[in-house]
Amino acid sequence: MKSKMMNKLSEWLTDEASALEREMEASQERAADEDEAALTPAEIRWAQEEKEEEERIARRLNEWTDETGTKISRTLYSILCLVICLTLIVLLLYTVTELPSFGSPDHPINNEVSARYIEKGLQETGAVNIVTGMILDYRAFDTLGESSVLFTAAMVVLFLLRKDKESHKYSPLAKVMHDNPHSDTYYEPKNDIILQKTAFVLVPIVLLTGVYVVLNGHLSPGGGFSGGAIMGAGLILYVIAFGFAKMRRFFTYKTYQFVVLIALLTYACSKCYSFFTGANHIPSVIPLGTPGAILSSGLILVLNICVGFVVTCTMYCFYAVFRKGEL
Amino acid sequence: MLFVQNFPFMTILLTLICAVVTSVLSGRNARRLTIMMLSVVTVMTAAVMVYTLSTGDSYVYMMGHFPAPWGNEIRVGVLETTMMMVFCVVILFSFLGGMLPSIREIERSKYNIYCILVDLLFLALQALVYTNDLFTAYVFIEINTLAAAGLVMMRQKGRNLVAGVRYMIMNLLGSSLFLFGIVLLYSITGHLLMENIRESVAVLVETGEYKVPLTIVVALITVGLALKSALYPFEKWLPGAYSNATPSVAAMLSSLVSKGYIFLLIKVYVRVIGFDVICSMGVLDVLFIFGLMGMIMGSVSAVRAKTTRMMVAYSSVAQIGYIFTALGLRSEIGIVCALWHMAAHAATKSMLFISCAEMDDACGGTHLRKNLRGAFYHSPLLALAFSLGAINLTGIPLLSVFMTKVTLVQAAIDVGGRHMGLVLGTVAISTLLNAVYFLGTAVNLFTPTKEGDEVLPPTVRKNRYTVVGLIGLIALNLVMGVLSQPILTALAEGLTRFA
Repeated sequence: MKSKMMNKLSEWLTDEASALEREMEASQERAADEDEAALTPAEIRWAQEEKEEEERIARRLNEWTDETGTKISRTLYSILCLVICLTLIVLLLYTVTELPSFGSPDHPINNEVSARYIEKGLQETGAVNIVTGMILDYRAFDTLGESSVLFTAAMVVLFLLRKDKESHKYSPLAKVMHDNPHSDTYYEPKNDIILQKTAFVLVPIVLLTGVYVVLNGHLSPGGGFSGGAIMGAGLILYVIAFGFAKMRRFFTYKTYQFVVLIALLTYACSKCYSFFTGANHIPSVIPLGTPGAILSSGLILVLNICVGFVVTCTMYCFYAVFRKGEL
Repeated sequence: MLFVQNFPFMTILLTLICAVVTSVLSGRNARRLTIMMLSVVTVMTAAVMVYTLSTGDSYVYMMGHFPAPWGNEIRVGVLETTMMMVFCVVILFSFLGGMLPSIREIERSKYNIYCILVDLLFLALQALVYTNDLFTAYVFIEINTLAAAGLVMMRQKGRNLVAGVRYMIMNLLGSSLFLFGIVLLYSITGHLLMENIRESVAVLVETGEYKVPLTIVVALITVGLALKSALYPFEKWLPGAYSNATPSVAAMLSSLVSKGYIFLLIKVYVRVIGFDVICSMGVLDVLFIFGLMGMIMGSVSAVRAKTTRMMVAYSSVAQIGYIFTALGLRSEIGIVCALWHMAAHAATKSMLFISCAEMDDACGGTHLRKNLRGAFYHSPLLALAFSLGAINLTGIPLLSVFMTKVTLVQAAIDVGGRHMGLVLGTVAISTLLNAVYFLGTAVNLFTPTKEGDEVLPPTVRKNRYTVVGLIGLIALNLVMGVLSQPILTALAEGLTRFA
């Protein structure tokens, strides 16, 4: 009886799902043929009414602002801004003077928390750089969140600005990029010889420095975030000098998706393992290695590499999408 | 450790992994995966809720091999799981209910990004509810803000972009004030873990040390989170964002995002600073006054709104006012009332947003209030869901919001004095205004159209996902109305263990 009902329900919803697929196709077709006849009379009228009202409001607003509005609101706005900002500044400055003096030994932050990070950090995490040990082992959950922040930001930017064959019909931002042939990339490739020769020397050095900073994140200052930023800068320099066509030979949107997917999945899965074993008091089987060696400190090296990849790709993605609307 | 105790951590990681995997899926598969993930998380949360209710106790879960304060941890108790359960059901059915409009309005090749942002929003919400560490809270506030701003701009019309940018600016201001607050608090206590800060603050209050920084901390955190949850004078970003976004997003933003921030604020008050310390500071009086003003002003704007969605959006301002007023009463029962209203409002407002958006489409897509006349006769379920939400928010016995009003008045009478008079007066006026705009609209739905009236044809066909979503939300509302007393008792018990 029960299973029959479940079957019916699932059948019913599957029907709906296929109907929704058709809806999706239809919506794409609707977007494809742009003529106004596709709209219902009510929609057209509503759009007209809306437009008329907007025009009326705009007219009234313009009249009013031209005469008195600008003056009053500007004065009022600047006075209010000044008052609020000054109050905040004074309050915060006063608060800072009341805070414990920075660097003094009896500062509240010199407590058992930082003591353990400093004294036992090397022994417990295997990382010579205790900052890395702290962010990628002790407080790895926060850092997982931080990497997801980058992922979120990249997704929002890709959504708003990336153009593909249909997006300029939906998105005003993508439309601007689509309709404007004289944009930044119009004259590409620029083939600036000085820039290209300099980049030819610099890009490998920059990329290698980035790789070094990422791989040595647990041994010396640096790590995934800083190394990733350096590598991202290297990629951006390359694309400025040689243009997107050459960049696409090894880095496309697919590459971006794949690298970020693998990096974040590795990060999340390895942390799944360590959170689960940690909370259930199961000893972890990942060896810490000899402190100071490049292959040491357990998962930290892997996590640094993952974070490095995410940051590199995100930096380059921001640059490319803001400049050109695609990767 | 029992296996069920692992579930909160698993749901958090599962949500994140789904979000990451969704980035390479097609829109169709992204939708399927998201529905599956939301259902699995709902079931797992239900299991944890049953477990915490049966033990009545809370536990901390170590995120890694190091105990807090060195490592991160999450805390799971009756209060957290009960709230989370409501949020899970609301997000699942909001996602289902607004499926068709979202498909129509969002660019097809980027539909998977919509699903990713929903996943990330849900991830941040879970982390905010469960976290036991202030910095973790901040990290997930960032994710929440970015994802929510992206979701507001999902429908890429000019109005949405404007609303999204406004949302972004106001919310970033809120986040940065909150961050200032955490930094100052860290430098006077030396801790980020909630229990440890609580102990340090107790010592500081006793010795009278760092009095000014502590006050500033409370002020910064309160203003930051009040800005983000649209308390009355900071509500200017809300109507545009809620009324123009695609219905699922409007439902999620109004019922989950702002509630997550209020839950965090309650957490800061009760678990981090200590409620007695907060009461001695006068910040609650400010919240109380602004809450009362919000109750009136939100309703006044709602009465004047021309479209139903604008009306529902403005009524959120009024409802947020209820929550902050309850919080400002300085009593345990006030906080319980605030928590209950968060849950009740989440369940009701999501149903209202989804039903009124679909009803607009069924009545010619003009969005105007006057065109909804007689909607019951061609789309009965939508009209019933909307009217249920409307009479619920007006405060009819046996439904959830009525319980809020009763508890609020009870709390005010306990406090007595000026507070009592103000609350009684404002609740009366606000209920009257609610009745004017909500009941007015609801009656309009059931009034048959007359001969001369023009009836606009529906712009979309009816679909079954909306039916499933709305039936789910109606059921949630009815269950919450019937079980209001047990849930309130559970919340009150959870709160005593929360501190």
